[in-house]
Amino acid sequence: MRSLLEMRAITKTFPGVKALDSVDLEVREGEIHALVGENGAGKSTLMKVLSGVYPYGSYEGEILYDGATATFSDIKDSERHGIIIIHQELALIPLLSIAENLFLGNECASAGVIRWEETFRRTGDLLRKVGLKEPPGTPVERLGVGKQQLVEIAKALAKDVRLLILDEPTAALSESDSQALLDLLLELKGQGVTSIIISHKLNEVRRVADTITVIRDGSTVATMDASGEDVSEDRIVRAMVGRDMSQRYPDRERRAGEVLFEVKGWTVGHPEHTDRTAVHDVSFTVHAGEVVGIAGLMGAGRTELAMSLFGRSWGRDIRGEALLRGRPVDLSTVDRSVRAGLAYVTEDRKALGLILDETIQRNITLPNLGAVSRAGVVNEAEETQVSERYRQAMNIRTPSVFQKVMNLSGGNQQKVVLSRWLFTEPEVLILDEPTRGIDVGAKFEIYGIINALSAEGKGVVMISSEMPELLGMCDRIYVMNDGTFVGEFDAEEASQERIMSLIVTE
Amino acid sequence: MTTTASQETTADEQGATGKGLGHYLIAHMREYGLLFALIAIMGFFEIVTGGTLLKPINITNLVLQNSYIIIMALGMLIVIVGGNIDLSVGSVMGFIGALSAVMIVEWQVSVPLAVLACLITGALIGAAQGYWVAYWAIPSFIVTLAGMLVFRGLSLWLLEGQSVGPFPREFQALSTGFIPDIFNVKRPNVTAIAAGVIAVAVIVWMGFAKRARNRAYGIEDEPFGLFVIRNVVIAWAFLFLVWKLATFRGLPNVLITMAVLTIIYAFITEKTTLGRRIYALGGNAKAAKLSGIRTERLTFLTFVNMGLLAALAGLIFAARLNTATPKAGFGLELDVIAAVFIGGASMSGGVGKIVGAVVGGFLMGVMNNGMSIMGIGIDYQQVIKGMVLLAAVIFDVYNKQRQA
Repeated sequence: MRSLLEMRAITKTFPGVKALDSVDLEVREGEIHALVGENGAGKSTLMKVLSGVYPYGSYEGEILYDGATATFSDIKDSERHGIIIIHQELALIPLLSIAENLFLGNECASAGVIRWEETFRRTGDLLRKVGLKEPPGTPVERLGVGKQQLVEIAKALAKDVRLLILDEPTAALSESDSQALLDLLLELKGQGVTSIIISHKLNEVRRVADTITVIRDGSTVATMDASGEDVSEDRIVRAMVGRDMSQRYPDRERRAGEVLFEVKGWTVGHPEHTDRTAVHDVSFTVHAGEVVGIAGLMGAGRTELAMSLFGRSWGRDIRGEALLRGRPVDLSTVDRSVRAGLAYVTEDRKALGLILDETIQRNITLPNLGAVSRAGVVNEAEETQVSERYRQAMNIRTPSVFQKVMNLSGGNQQKVVLSRWLFTEPEVLILDEPTRGIDVGAKFEIYGIINALSAEGKGVVMISSEMPELLGMCDRIYVMNDGTFVGEFDAEEASQERIMSLIVTE
Repeated sequence: MTTTASQETTADEQGATGKGLGHYLIAHMREYGLLFALIAIMGFFEIVTGGTLLKPINITNLVLQNSYIIIMALGMLIVIVGGNIDLSVGSVMGFIGALSAVMIVEWQVSVPLAVLACLITGALIGAAQGYWVAYWAIPSFIVTLAGMLVFRGLSLWLLEGQSVGPFPREFQALSTGFIPDIFNVKRPNVTAIAAGVIAVAVIVWMGFAKRARNRAYGIEDEPFGLFVIRNVVIAWAFLFLVWKLATFRGLPNVLITMAVLTIIYAFITEKTTLGRRIYALGGNAKAAKLSGIRTERLTFLTFVNMGLLAALAGLIFAARLNTATPKAGFGLELDVIAAVFIGGASMSGGVGKIVGAVVGGFLMGVMNNGMSIMGIGIDYQQVIKGMVLLAAVIFDVYNKQRQA
């Protein structure tokens, strides 16, 4: 097969940082090429060079596309050549219909007047191609994330895509939506579309990719033929981090104490659809020193359960009982929940967790400002000492705690959020997708922190969509589906298959 | 992992810290730029008005003319930092002026009682608007636009379209009164000079205290040379202005009111948990809420406070004109908002400083005053003020992009 794209010795420097150092990437026509690497390794930068976000001339090296040297000046330019990039954050306009979104900036129009019939007819064709049955006039906001992702792909097809680039396409998708998306990629491949997929999920990469290129610290470290017998996930991980990951989960002595936190008959109404309950009659226990997992697909009601427990931050008509050390606790507001000893680390650290424009220090002390204040006046010296202590304990990589949080990488941001909640000295921590979107090394560190917490006798509830992570970390795992708990496993008896079969059969 | 880590750190370091005077200046360009702009504009108008700008009587005038804008800017900064806006302050100010006139002149209510009633009314107006913004999540732009119309109308209704005045001397002293010279020298007013010297001493002392604290905690500090220059400039400016005031009638009462309020609000926003929470609210309301901050109540309070300060401004304005007119306060909300944005606040909330808003207010005031002395028509004045506001905001956005 001839190659469609060849990037040769691409070097891209930002003031003071060499983001890409002589990267090579060769993509053959009609293949699915996976690009893997830790966060910050340079994958996104490389794709920005390719798609013209960093225009020709702002980088060193050469791009050969379709046999000729490419000199893209901007995204429009690369799109004209059939290179379409779909970003992790979807770029759809929620209130516009599918049809309007598909042809946004690329309308079927004569002299600026839209030809609606043609638009709808072509939308219908495109939606069939990606396997969506929704009418073309449906507003995008009524679709789930998985379907929105498919609309994005249809949008790319509308532009006569030849090289489709997907940046973490399944990061926000449930297991079944991810499968559907990967199937679609394989189908498009059959129709001659070449794809580059950036992903952290190695099982998916293994499933669809023909070739895998690993990037580390701005350089290409390996290119593997995915069909080769010797390409194992461990080998990919080794290449990504540059060392053996013999152990992806740190060891912990499992020793559960008495019952610390108990929830009985927790039922939560949906805030918008008054006839629906999002969480129905959920009961569970957390022992001191225990790490309890909640498995389930996205949309199963796990985040809703956690947020409704934590100060009724989600839902309406909340019923049920919560007990801490056998006594009923008042969790009716966030403040009371914090004082009772509960902490909730959100799954969406940018939107719901951090104040990005503020310093690390101010983010850490926010929920427990009283502890560093006297009579409402903040003692900044004490505040600095506290946050400095967490910076060291959590290994937050930053020159100082006065750095704005938005300048940190995902893993370090997550450590700031964790520090904030540890500073409230909780007894029970609910961690919602604590390792989402952070690289392998930082994940390992977060696991270490979780283990340290349980060693101190705290109760940890861990919500995660990554089953290996739950299996590697938890003492017990509850399985949630469609708003209720459908099963419970001890660590020894749990397996991915058993959990998944509970979810699909219920 | 270690290699990635070191790479991240270098990238972070590029972002904010680093050594050297030039680097520090660039990182804090906004603050120095504002101070420099104020000095440059004062210098410019001092020259083109042939020395009129800095005559004692004109400086006194400048203070009196801008006091109510600056007092409202204190409240507006807090509202804007909290992620909202208040378009009604001009109308509320006019309405409270009208209310005070009707109470004092027509109903013969005693001055202290009327002042108290007016301040409470202002707070209630703020509460009435803040309620919809905070607890019903109605955009503040709309609620306060409605408020602007409502209170304009109510001022007209209350005054029946007429001007009401004059006020008793006791009330006028709110604005046009001066602090008597306790040393009885009268000219120059020794009390004023003493107050100025003490203020400068406190500012310099606090500067040194902050440096010592920063050093103790390893916080990057202003280079010493810059610290000295900045303090000398500020001290000189303070003493110069105080001397000018002292050779006229001394310190105006409103100057003291303004200074005390500025100190109080700077303290609240920078040093207290309350202030910290307002910045968090404006920076990310959802995150603040999940951190246990009662965001609704906090938003509500920022509007109550704004109403209270608008009422105070209304009283000062009425006292200065010695009459309440149905047109008082028209369009002033725009000057107040402009002052806050020139002072470096961000429209999206979470960013801005009290001192910035005060300097921004004076910058606008000096331009108004200087251009009026030069005899520039109101038409050109508006155009120039508009351009300055736009330039200040462009400068902000440019700075932010450059740092990103």
